[in-house]
Amino acid sequence: MSEAIIKTENLTRTFGNFIAVDNITFDVKPGEIFGFLGANGAGKTTAMKMLTGLLKPSSGKALVSGKDVYTETEGIKKSIGYMSQKFSLYDDLTVDENIRFYGGIYGIPHAELSHKVSRVVDSVGLNEVRKKLVASLPLGWKQKLAFSISILHNPAIVFLDEPTGGVDPITRRQFWESIYEASNNGITVFVTTHYMDEAEYCDRVSIMVDGKIEALDTPDGLRQTYSTQSIEEVFITLARSAKRGGT
Amino acid sequence: MPIVQINQLYKTFGNIEALTGIDIRIEEGELFGFIGPDGAGKTTLFRTLTSLLVPDSGSVSVLGLDVVRDYKKIRPLLGYMPGRFSLYQDLSVEENMRFFASVFGTTIEENYELVRPIYHQLEPFKKRLAGNLSGGMKQKLALSCALIHKPELLLLDEPSTGVDAVSRKELWEMLGVLKEGGMSIIVSTPYMDEAKLCDRIALMQDGQILQVDTPARIVSSFGRPLLGVKSASKYKLIRSLKQYPHVYSVHPFGEYTHYTDRRDHPDPESLKAYLRNCGLDDITIKEIQPDIEDSFVELLTKEKAYV
Repeated sequence: MSEAIIKTENLTRTFGNFIAVDNITFDVKPGEIFGFLGANGAGKTTAMKMLTGLLKPSSGKALVSGKDVYTETEGIKKSIGYMSQKFSLYDDLTVDENIRFYGGIYGIPHAELSHKVSRVVDSVGLNEVRKKLVASLPLGWKQKLAFSISILHNPAIVFLDEPTGGVDPITRRQFWESIYEASNNGITVFVTTHYMDEAEYCDRVSIMVDGKIEALDTPDGLRQTYSTQSIEEVFITLARSAKRGGT
Repeated sequence: MPIVQINQLYKTFGNIEALTGIDIRIEEGELFGFIGPDGAGKTTLFRTLTSLLVPDSGSVSVLGLDVVRDYKKIRPLLGYMPGRFSLYQDLSVEENMRFFASVFGTTIEENYELVRPIYHQLEPFKKRLAGNLSGGMKQKLALSCALIHKPELLLLDEPSTGVDAVSRKELWEMLGVLKEGGMSIIVSTPYMDEAKLCDRIALMQDGQILQVDTPARIVSSFGRPLLGVKSASKYKLIRSLKQYPHVYSVHPFGEYTHYTDRRDHPDPESLKAYLRNCGLDDITIKEIQPDIEDSFVELLTKEKAYV
């Protein structure tokens, strides 16, 4: 059994009297595709910010890729990739320039970078448009590019925040193939999503309600425990028990 | 009389062709859905139906009125909830309601019964500023404001985008109630699983309608035996399936990867043997019923040569 790549113990964050994240304890295994679900306001974003080194916890412990979320946040940022649906590409830079820019930020040596740029544009099939501005690309292409860039520096973990909202079903499936490929190459994938059917693509899924993790299992395990056909039904059952406003 | 009749509608913005030859007829009392990804043209279509955009060519009539000539008559008859939250963030819940009622020359009290099922959930927070509401509550307020003048046709542009599964479910339950009350409803969504909640749907991509029918008939037109294949090594499974000599399509669909064969009768046993040869020992294969998403994927595959 390999060591957990994300390990939290009673991780908590409060804002004044409000307990945004309430004593969460869970492990994510290396190479796993981990789905992180929760209703609006359940505490997902706060938890993600702590795990990516952007927000200090109030109490509890967490190690991300072996690094402490209190003291080693710079180290965490180097060992993770991040992609959000509201993305992170520069519209007024070309495909090539975007890759080079992020490569530079992550400190990829110049000699290596040209080779990486070619490899990325090949893998996402963007060779013909590499000198075009990102603004001119269809949404699905931008998302593929954003994902490739988020794993450019070969991180241990990539965080995907609602990665496939609004794209057509084929592009969405091509995107999941890239995710499976990354996972196959040993990158751990941590996904938050509103698409409940998307949770079914994950190896394991956690569901947050009112700051706590109320369920954590494989999609199959969750369906069996709650005797339902879909993760959506499990989610609705749990989220309806929420006390605090969100819905 | 159809509630909406569109013939050969075209609309471009600069060199972007947003709508390219839309034809559709929607009947009174229908709960009709436009299903498609971002950029398919859904919002342009909604803005045309609500008389906010003028077509380049083609005709669009709503409630028997022409959207260009009769726009002043059409607007009071429509309830429109745009995709982006468009209420006044610095007015309270109640002030927003009063404002929208007064714009349409009515009062909250006059049409209270219609909005009651949604609005009563907001009443405990009626003094709260709209900007301070959660996503789900904003959506309920926007729907209440769109309904307060008792429109004949309700148009909801992506009402469920960005809200969680519980709010989505409540929204669709509410649309069901309104439909029972006789209201005609047109809704757009990128969520395939919401398609089956509509009476009829139009699948849209790149400014065109690919197919219009009831969800059941769209599914039954899929036309190929569909196999679900499961393995813990998903990436390897997809790669291996794509190299199978008889393969027609391979798409990850969550736990099971969906596979169709070029032959009329795929042979699960020989497929399993092939996959075992590829080093996949944990294969489960079962025949599965296609859903709307399978049909949409198939239509898109025919439409454009996706690789």
